[in-house]
Amino acid sequence: MDYEPVIGLETHVQLRTQSKMWCGCANAFGAPPNTHVCPVCLGLPGVLPVANDAALRLTVLTGLLLRCEIPPRAKFDRKNYFYPDMPKNYQLTQYDQPSAMGGYVEFEFQGRIERVRLTRIHLEEDVGKSFHFDRHSGVDFNRAGVPLLEIVSEPDLTSAEMAYAYLNALKDILIYGGVSDCDMEKGMVRCDVNVSVRPAGSRGLGAKIELKNLNSFSGVRQALEHEISRQIKVLNRGGALVQSTRRWDEVLGVTEEMRTKEDAHDYRYFPDPDLMPLEPTEAWLAEVREGVVELPLARKQRFMHDYQLPAADAQSFVDDPTLGDYFERIARGAANAKAVANWVINDLRARLADSGWGLHDLKFEPRGILELVGLVERGQLSHKLAQEVFAQMFRTGRSPAAIVKERRLAQVSDTAALEAFCDQALAAHPGPVNDYRSGKTAALNFLKGQVMKLSQGKANPALVGEILERKLREPTPSSS
Amino acid sequence: MWNRLTLTELAQRLAQRETSASEALAACWDRIQQVDPVLHAYLSCDIAEARLQAEAADRALASGATHREQPLLGVPISLKDIIAVREQPLTCGSKLLANFVSPYDAAVTEKLRAAGAVLFGRLNLDEFAMGSSTENSGFGPARNPWDPSRIPGGSSGGSAVAVAADECAAALGSDTGGSVRQPAACCGVVGLKPTYGRVSRYGLVAYASSLDQIGTLTKDVRDAATLLGAIGGHDPRDSTSVPQPVPDYTATLEQGVRGLKLGLPKEYFVGGLDPEVRAAVEAAVAQFQQLGAETIEISLPHTDYAIAAYYIIAPAEASANLARFDGVRYGSRVAGADLLELYQRTRGAGFGPEVKRRIILGTYVLSSGYYDAYYLRAQKVRTLIRQDFLEAFGTVDAILTPTTPSAAFPLGEKSDDPLRMYLEDIYTVSCNLAGICGLSLPCGFTRQPRLPIGLQLLGKPFGEATLLRLAYAYEQATSWHREKPPLPHAPERA
Repeated sequence: MDYEPVIGLETHVQLRTQSKMWCGCANAFGAPPNTHVCPVCLGLPGVLPVANDAALRLTVLTGLLLRCEIPPRAKFDRKNYFYPDMPKNYQLTQYDQPSAMGGYVEFEFQGRIERVRLTRIHLEEDVGKSFHFDRHSGVDFNRAGVPLLEIVSEPDLTSAEMAYAYLNALKDILIYGGVSDCDMEKGMVRCDVNVSVRPAGSRGLGAKIELKNLNSFSGVRQALEHEISRQIKVLNRGGALVQSTRRWDEVLGVTEEMRTKEDAHDYRYFPDPDLMPLEPTEAWLAEVREGVVELPLARKQRFMHDYQLPAADAQSFVDDPTLGDYFERIARGAANAKAVANWVINDLRARLADSGWGLHDLKFEPRGILELVGLVERGQLSHKLAQEVFAQMFRTGRSPAAIVKERRLAQVSDTAALEAFCDQALAAHPGPVNDYRSGKTAALNFLKGQVMKLSQGKANPALVGEILERKLREPTPSSS
Repeated sequence: MWNRLTLTELAQRLAQRETSASEALAACWDRIQQVDPVLHAYLSCDIAEARLQAEAADRALASGATHREQPLLGVPISLKDIIAVREQPLTCGSKLLANFVSPYDAAVTEKLRAAGAVLFGRLNLDEFAMGSSTENSGFGPARNPWDPSRIPGGSSGGSAVAVAADECAAALGSDTGGSVRQPAACCGVVGLKPTYGRVSRYGLVAYASSLDQIGTLTKDVRDAATLLGAIGGHDPRDSTSVPQPVPDYTATLEQGVRGLKLGLPKEYFVGGLDPEVRAAVEAAVAQFQQLGAETIEISLPHTDYAIAAYYIIAPAEASANLARFDGVRYGSRVAGADLLELYQRTRGAGFGPEVKRRIILGTYVLSSGYYDAYYLRAQKVRTLIRQDFLEAFGTVDAILTPTTPSAAFPLGEKSDDPLRMYLEDIYTVSCNLAGICGLSLPCGFTRQPRLPIGLQLLGKPFGEATLLRLAYAYEQATSWHREKPPLPHAPERA
């Protein structure tokens, strides 16, 4: 029988805030163990949490970016279980009244726009990190209390590859919105995956299996590929699957059972009496709404439509939003936006990379690129020289017109002057002239090159070609 | 003798340089050494550190500091050992925290320091404030100064004893279901539980977060007004504290009670109320009428459900609040073969039976499948109880009741019967469930043995000024508060 997978993702994302969720400790990665801690995030006796407003704002902002409904009231609950990395032995989370409900993520996948619906987005606190040594274990509480968003998708994903694309799209959106840095290396994004398989085309759902310990998107993809085929194998052998939680072993590339439904935790959720319910006011929501930005996919589509850019160029400006913004500032007034895009994507980006500069370090005015495009378009500057002008503009910040004038780089389109160069070249190279006249038309390129050399590269190549061809068809000057 | 003065009297003597903070502290210390071997109000006392505070207060006084700016300057005050004081023990009456030292100050501790108080001593209590007799202390019970064979009430038993026995000028306790008012009644002192949100809970080790409130135990009503003024107010570190200005509670004390309406809830004057307590409370009613207050019978129809609701909500919150005491990061750890065994042994050895009972109760009522039937229903009852009160306060300015059904009982009498012990709180728990304020003050004595009787006044949310004004008028018209327990002045201990 053919089976199809049904996949839902729970994505945990650390929010980009200065301080932790309930205290003033820094939300920072990489400090020596237990240096960003205080009585509150260590859960010492007598301390109380105070909700970090910046984290609440980023949570609602994420909801707005993902087209969620923002309920008029949200609250925090205690999720009770014992674990050494959790200082209070309960985790504060939003259980039945989260800060955002519904919504969706849209992304390109295999040439189509896919939409994966979201169930909810809720805010909770991260836990510490356990380390196991030979004879003992230790816990680093620097991470304990870092604001953590959980984005829960509906089971709308149908393949490992699609889950991978979803996660990348989600990550791009969160980075765009300034919600999270989504630095995988620093553990800022972690996933739990729910996956089941069912006979292809059927509507029921198979036993849901949760996969834990997925710390990279490629890990998610690999684990899903493995788990889907494992489940199908079990069913094809006539076996049965039970609702359970499995752990992904990255090294061995297999999933192994952690627990089944029977020994599932009873978390005994109840509303945290230390925190007041959240009831966002209109004014507060309006402020959060100001942070809503254009999403990556919308931006790509807009760049392709408004500037007639090919998908690859538009994607470049999605991937590098500041470069895209820079491009837009120039391209809005340009007749040929594609030419501007070429300069920005090819030349500017390369020079920025070489110099280690950022856009804010640029010495020239953005309209310099527009000028350059104009000079080339009007035939006043060859493309080759234009690149030199660009290099100089980049170095000095002077305008292209000034550089061209100073270095007398303006393309020579004056026919009298060009005729003189051509005559000079023809006279100096009778051999190629004869070759051309005897049918070896390739000799024209050599002669053209000689003219460009004589003009120090400034001759308008198109005009030079025309003049040379006319002169070569004429009887030799000596015989006239 | 300086230890015998009220907070207000002592502050006056300090201001007039009739005594010094160091002298006052020394008098308290002498008294502690004299009576506390029997009474066991104190779990510990860092007297050396307290002397430094007293010397600092004396220096401040010498260099012109005044009690107008620092109303508690040089006044020795002791705290229940569940309120955090930096570098001092914070045992919560639990063996599990026998060696725990707080690295930080509670909000009220900071406020008392700012007001100039000399903070000394850690006061005995029922473990994690769970109890009504201080018998649940992990370090042995405190005893009632009026009769050391009897309980002092609880959970802030040590606080009430220390004030009643003149071991300090005033004390702080915490009140979750009556833990300030009931021991105040048992020991014959004034106990004030402020409105939920009036005083920051930051640094008060949580028992039941939605019910806990820090309260004062003082020798008279004026002291309560002064002390509440010092510790009240909004604290951004406690999201449940309310940004409501703190009035000068002493300024309105003497306004009298003429025209004020007192409600007598009929549900509080029923069977189970000791006849002597009833008589004392009825005499207090007559006294109030004589002072010009009007008294009317009211009804608080959901009173009967208060104890049940309380013993669901409080243990539920406690089961989570006490989860952190696992021996992993602090506290007395008992090692085990694995993590689970470490948890079990640590908590098994560290917690006393009442704490375990409430954790199990709370865990049960929050369990999947039982939540709606217990916790959710209890919360609904709680809402109804609050509505009862708010409705009553539509017609009356305050409510008058007994604080406890009977005077202090002998140690051990109810230890084996948790339910009977829980009924000690029958008149006090509703106040916490409703989040309103309450005050207990002495209103007489039983005849044989001679034990204090407490009168409870319940007030509107943030109605402390009215409560204090009523209590003050009554106190001025009576002399109960001036009676001192017949303590052995020099107990010869074999």
